[in-house]
Amino acid sequence: MATTTATAEDFAGQDRATHYEASQPKTPFWRTTRTYLGVLIIVLWGLLPFYWMVVTSFRDLQFTFDTTPWPTHVTLDNFRTVFETNRGNHFGRALVNSLIIGAVTTVIGLVAGVFAAYALARLDFRGKYVVLGVVLGASMFPGVALVTPLFQLFRNIGWFGTYQALIIPDISFVLPLTIYTLTAFFREMPWELEEAAKIDGATPGQAFRKVILPLAAPGLFTTAILAFIAAWNEFLIASQLSNDRTQPVTVAIASFTGSQPHVEPYTAVMAAGTVVTIPLIVLVLAFQKRIVDGLTAGGVKG
Amino acid sequence: MQLKHKVGVVALALMAAPLAACGSSDSASAGGNSAFQDHLKDRGPITYVQGKDNSGVVQPLLDKWNAAHPDEKVTLKEQTDEADQQHDDLVRNLDAKNADYDVMSVDVVWTAEFAAKGYLQPLEGDLAIDTNGMLQPTIDSGTYNDKLYAAPMSSDGGLLYYRSDLVKSPPKTWSEMMDDCSIAKQHHMDCYAGQFQKYEGLTVNASEAINGAGGSIVGDDGKTPTVDSPEAAKGLDQLVQAYSDGNVPKAAITYTEEEGRIAFEQGKLLFLRNWPYCYSLASTEDSSKVKGKFDVAPLPGADGVGASSLGGHNLAISAYSDNKATAIDFIKYMESEEAQKFALEKGSLAPVISSLYQDPALTKKYGYLPTLLTSIQNAVPRPITPFYPAVTKAIQDNAYSAMKGEISSQEAVKNMSDAIKSASSGS
Amino acid sequence: MAVEQTTPTIDDADTEPRKTGRRARPARREQLDPHQSRRAALLIAPTIALLLIVIGYPVARAVWMSFQQDQSLDPATQMFVPGGFAGLDNYKHWLLQQCGDATCAPGTTAAGFWEVVWITVFFAVVSVAIELVLGFWFAIIMNGKFRGRGLLRAAVLVPWAIPTAVTAKLWYFIFAYDGIANHLLGTHIVWFSDKWAARAAIIVSDVWKTTPFMALLILAGLQLISSEIYEAAKVDGASAWQRFTSITLPLVKPALMVALLFRTLDVLRMYDLPAIMTGGGAGDGNDTSTLSILVVQEVRSNFNSAAALSTLTFLFVFLVAFMFIRFLGANVVDDGGRKR
Repeated sequence: MATTTATAEDFAGQDRATHYEASQPKTPFWRTTRTYLGVLIIVLWGLLPFYWMVVTSFRDLQFTFDTTPWPTHVTLDNFRTVFETNRGNHFGRALVNSLIIGAVTTVIGLVAGVFAAYALARLDFRGKYVVLGVVLGASMFPGVALVTPLFQLFRNIGWFGTYQALIIPDISFVLPLTIYTLTAFFREMPWELEEAAKIDGATPGQAFRKVILPLAAPGLFTTAILAFIAAWNEFLIASQLSNDRTQPVTVAIASFTGSQPHVEPYTAVMAAGTVVTIPLIVLVLAFQKRIVDGLTAGGVKG
Repeated sequence: MQLKHKVGVVALALMAAPLAACGSSDSASAGGNSAFQDHLKDRGPITYVQGKDNSGVVQPLLDKWNAAHPDEKVTLKEQTDEADQQHDDLVRNLDAKNADYDVMSVDVVWTAEFAAKGYLQPLEGDLAIDTNGMLQPTIDSGTYNDKLYAAPMSSDGGLLYYRSDLVKSPPKTWSEMMDDCSIAKQHHMDCYAGQFQKYEGLTVNASEAINGAGGSIVGDDGKTPTVDSPEAAKGLDQLVQAYSDGNVPKAAITYTEEEGRIAFEQGKLLFLRNWPYCYSLASTEDSSKVKGKFDVAPLPGADGVGASSLGGHNLAISAYSDNKATAIDFIKYMESEEAQKFALEKGSLAPVISSLYQDPALTKKYGYLPTLLTSIQNAVPRPITPFYPAVTKAIQDNAYSAMKGEISSQEAVKNMSDAIKSASSGS
Repeated sequence: MAVEQTTPTIDDADTEPRKTGRRARPARREQLDPHQSRRAALLIAPTIALLLIVIGYPVARAVWMSFQQDQSLDPATQMFVPGGFAGLDNYKHWLLQQCGDATCAPGTTAAGFWEVVWITVFFAVVSVAIELVLGFWFAIIMNGKFRGRGLLRAAVLVPWAIPTAVTAKLWYFIFAYDGIANHLLGTHIVWFSDKWAARAAIIVSDVWKTTPFMALLILAGLQLISSEIYEAAKVDGASAWQRFTSITLPLVKPALMVALLFRTLDVLRMYDLPAIMTGGGAGDGNDTSTLSILVVQEVRSNFNSAAALSTLTFLFVFLVAFMFIRFLGANVVDDGGRKR
């Protein structure tokens, strides 16, 4: 096989299928149908339960278990219930908490991560593998093991229910995530960059700031999204270390007190779920290509 | 490579060990909490924490207080309606010495545990409260080690709800009730349900079954298990048999108080064991189909009147509250005759003031009061021990396994006994 | 550049030109530079410091706690007082079911330990197996030729983007007694009171959430395989199945093993789904309790015992990871390939 043989990198950003098509006779109809059928299954798989959640969130509580596939008994009551504060729920506040915790954790993860990733991807030094191993070990770490000691510690120093009490443990999984993803992105960048910058008389620091970082911006952006989503998603640690005032949306949803005295407030919970998910879906739709690249390049963690 | 990575991780841990060594010891709630001396005379806004208010009783009472005390407003913080979650929420916040929780509604079975952990402010001295005129069982439920830690607010005894239009006179013994199940079958209804989900409610029902058959869970010291006895096994077996015979519907194994109440209100149950709060809801709710068609009776035992578990809630002040003077005044308000009457009316919450049970006007209006008083006076409290969470788990887990047919009743009570023994020794 | 793909290893990375990536990296000797080591140390320092604080310290502290006794009742005051040194008692409590001098009876938290371990492993094996098979199938479909990749990508990312807590509540609703699952299946199962139904419900929701993600990871591996190999094989007369087993599987294996490793670890650490779906957050049903749930339950009453349990959990997870890396060839730390 000659060197003109294409490799995966040549298809970056391009549908692999088009290349395939150029060198093949037209595919038989049944094969196309089969493929589209498969695609349909996958699309339904991902979207149907989510669709059901949204439909239910617009459905009147009396008809919670109506099984009509399209919206019926449409009402905005559930969303009103979600944001009511007279029953001890403070969903609006929970949203703000999630935002704060997610943003701060992401920033810390990015800053520390970008430096570490650069070193791991572009520099050679002794102990590199130890560091890689440590980061790897951190990514395998069960968060539950943090709960007991941190709970006791924070309780003793009066940090129970503060933002820092939630941000600190979140770093334990966000940081390895950012390092992995960024390392992969940094590896993809051309090696000549530093050389060229050196020739132009730049110090390594300048090279980093003026040449590498701007080029890595898309990777940084993607990593930020992945990190934010990971922090937003967190439940276990938040449920144990937060209090009423600082609990994020995941905890708020899990302990939702409904307006009706005796019915589990399914429709309101679905509404809350919709509210929590919509911004993430928007993010995902807007940056889907980047996210997929990021997930498959560096971050294996879900 | 793999070895290097492991070495790296271990090295990290070892490096951090010295940090831990100079870490503080567990300075958690020691006996004789120093916080008991703090804020005894302070006044200001406070938060009142209780489980879900299913009957809408609390907010009107708070509104009245807030109107009269604009500088010492009380905010309601409602937890979920599950006792176990309420317990855990309180433990977490009190353990963290959270000053946000000032007055709390504490289930009677938590008094010993919370008091022993130093969470509750002893109600003495400046914070003393006059308990004259209150039902003795309720005062006992707020006392630990001869000190009052929680002031009685509402009591609770189990009642047997039955369809008076279908059953002429309520069954006095368990076997009579099982005989009445033929009526249920005639009308395509389920016969009997209680609370059989694996949670505190199951401990209540299992204890009632055991106590009603002449058994007991623990001895007088609250610690030594006495549940490994033929009577106890017989009592538990009543439930097990009824479940396997179908007299208790299969779905009832997931029932908490609410599911049972709804089933009864929908006309699906002939007999229901539940707390008094259901009475007003079943009589007045729009969705209730049994209005005017039901009545209450004392629980049926093996040979006669059964032994209800003593339920109820007391009001306690957190040792870490910033405004304890306001807190105690608020508690006195909630225990006033007026507030008690309102709670009775709106939520059929059993009052703790004995004279209210003798009040002719009230008795006329709430026909079930005498039945309720009987229930409370004959109630057997659940084990009073600081290790209650472990004890109740021992009872729940084994009762649940027995009902599902996984173990025999004899085995269940033996396991309960062993588990209670290890729980009480602190392991 | 050669088309055949071998698993890049550490040794290859520095001496051969990289097989993927835009440019070959200069040989090691040219790069090594004393300044680099110092620079690298500075760059890595914040990360190491952070990790020491957020993981190193808590772990060390938990280990220390695990050797302490929990609060006991002071007979004089009848109040709880801190305990003293416990030696290995807490570990024996869990591993050997020792409650004081006796064996822990059913109804104590420790009595359920081995059952919970079994349930956790069960979830891991079943969920990951299903996700693997389904994920692979999805990946093959996604690797095909069609229009509308954007929609597909979005649909695939939705389950991943939804917070697990929301997923748990959603499937809790779907599997409610009057919910749509019973409706569509025509059954009347009380999903969350039956042991196996509850476990099935949890596995279903986990599989829903993660299969698309697995599919993406596998797809990335599939996309590295050039179509020419398949062409050559077809010309040689290989059947579809043979192409799959001799070409696809071996070439995808590196990506697959890493994905498998992290997914398995994820399930072993699972908390959100079973905690929220069974017991409404309290996770009291032992039938579906995972190790993480057990730890959280124990933290409520006995810290030090919980610390021992969480240390055991932590060791267990690392043991599984070690076995994956050592024996199954999950090549996670790899300097020359696309991953890490």
